[in-house]
Amino acid sequence: MNAGVVRTLAGKLGELALTLFLASVVIFSAVLLTPGDPVAALAGGIRPTPELIEAIRAQHHLDDPVWQQYLHWVGGVLTGDLGTSFVYKTDVAALIAPRIGVTVLLVLYTAVLIAIFGIGSGVVAATRGPRADRAVLIGTSIGMAMPTFVVAILLIWVFARVLGWFPVYGAGEGFLDSLYHLTLPAISLAVLYIAFFSRITRGAVVGQLHAEHVDTARVRGIPRSQIFRRHVFLNASPQILAVSGVTVAGLFATSAIAEQAFGIGGLGSLLTEAAARKDLPVVQVISLLLVVVFVVLNAVADIAIAVIDPDSAKPRRNA
Amino acid sequence: MSVAQLAGGRVAAVVRKAATRDPLVIAAVVVVVGVAVMAVFGQALAPYDPDAIYVGPVSAPPSLAYPFGTDDLGRDILSRVLAGTAPSVIGPVIVVVASSLLGAALGITAAWFGGAVDGIASRVIELIFAIPGLVLAVLAVAMFGKGLLAPTLALAIAYVPIVARLIRAGARQELGKPYMAALHIQGVGSAAICFRHLVPALLPALFAQTTIGFGYAMLDLAAISFLGLGAQPPASDWGVMIAGGQPALIAGAPEQSMFPALFVVLTVLAVNVLGARVTTWAERGER
Repeated sequence: MNAGVVRTLAGKLGELALTLFLASVVIFSAVLLTPGDPVAALAGGIRPTPELIEAIRAQHHLDDPVWQQYLHWVGGVLTGDLGTSFVYKTDVAALIAPRIGVTVLLVLYTAVLIAIFGIGSGVVAATRGPRADRAVLIGTSIGMAMPTFVVAILLIWVFARVLGWFPVYGAGEGFLDSLYHLTLPAISLAVLYIAFFSRITRGAVVGQLHAEHVDTARVRGIPRSQIFRRHVFLNASPQILAVSGVTVAGLFATSAIAEQAFGIGGLGSLLTEAAARKDLPVVQVISLLLVVVFVVLNAVADIAIAVIDPDSAKPRRNA
Repeated sequence: MSVAQLAGGRVAAVVRKAATRDPLVIAAVVVVVGVAVMAVFGQALAPYDPDAIYVGPVSAPPSLAYPFGTDDLGRDILSRVLAGTAPSVIGPVIVVVASSLLGAALGITAAWFGGAVDGIASRVIELIFAIPGLVLAVLAVAMFGKGLLAPTLALAIAYVPIVARLIRAGARQELGKPYMAALHIQGVGSAAICFRHLVPALLPALFAQTTIGFGYAMLDLAAISFLGLGAQPPASDWGVMIAGGQPALIAGAPEQSMFPALFVVLTVLAVNVLGARVTTWAERGER
């Protein structure tokens, strides 16, 4: 790694830490910004008894100054003490732990679908002539207007009533059965992003196809497939990577919609249910978790880009 | 000429130019105008009371009497789709108008002053960007309770970074042009330069972003209602109707979910087509 990459890495880590700190302050302050008593906000949708009020005051150190309350909360989260849900009457960690697996599996499954079909169709559109380009353009135009909940109800209708190939409810048991159950939810999450990645990939590849170094390679008689791999796709990949971090991180949030539609007990459905019951301690921890995922994945994508294309790591003036 | 007239003239010219060359744009305009008419007159156009139950048979397929069929409570789906247009459209409008104003103000401030102000503004932009819109909206629901108001305001904030980045970049580019320096030398005041020259130059790009943002906001708010956190049943909101139709869907009566879903998709598709064209024309106009 050269100095530019190292400098980018250091800068990125600094930005990452600062953004995470500020985001944690914003999420923490939700308790203070909620109208009414913070005790009521932390108790969620239930009416607290005098003992519960005492318990909440003690656990969240509500008698201390606000900055100490923040330190207690963020310190707890960092050391694995995620607090207590008074609505579910259990540790937040105990609520979250069994639900993370299915959501991570769903997001990874979706990401694989997006990578195969999104990038694949983008490459086809860029390289297989105007007719293929036109077909992909029409397909992606429709795909970009197909949100998760619409694809979900279409799939539920088709597979529950007509085809019956895939289950339309629940998350399944064991790895293969889980994949089987998560197929339709993953498709419903993927459609919009497949269209998006297809467009990005097409643009990036077309931009490279007409670059001078590609013409040179062609004149030198290098095989087409090798030109595509080494000269076109590798140079196009930073543009694709640039949106990958945001996309995968965003999937963790939109996963809630697929989980709701297909009755999957994951992190997203817990977030939705907790919000509906005004269970702020649970919503805060999951929100913070999603922000951490977002910021870290974004940073990973940036670093990957800096490794592939060290020029992008050079400090740009007026950028 | 006032700023508004100037902007209106530019935008109208952009739209007119696009329409003459592209039939798809005409179709998109027809859909957008149709949805706007439904939003204003939907309640009046509804053939039945949208909230009245058992105005017809339960879960009936489309017929002459009930063009979109009826739902699981025997309500007329067409009437509910019409009545649901306004609540489904107003939220996204608030989101894009508020985020455009806030984002433009933030972006222009950052570009105009530069230095430390730019640094702080950019940090704020990064911070909001790190919290996904859906998460901010759900957090707002946990704080203020179910309903569309809190998620709408949360999304308005969540959409600020996209506008602010675009406007900041555009404003920096514009401020670097020679005519800006010339205006300064001629002694034109800062406010006049900002509002008479800088803002009008940025409006086409802002308008394009607003159009695209509307589609995303509509999808996000419909998703919030679909999750049960936004508008509450029995309200005739498109997202609520789509979610409420799920049991009927599994039982074999897709109309209840499909028709409102169709309107969400058509509206977003039309707005996306317009947004893409306006972006193209705005970019060409720059050169």
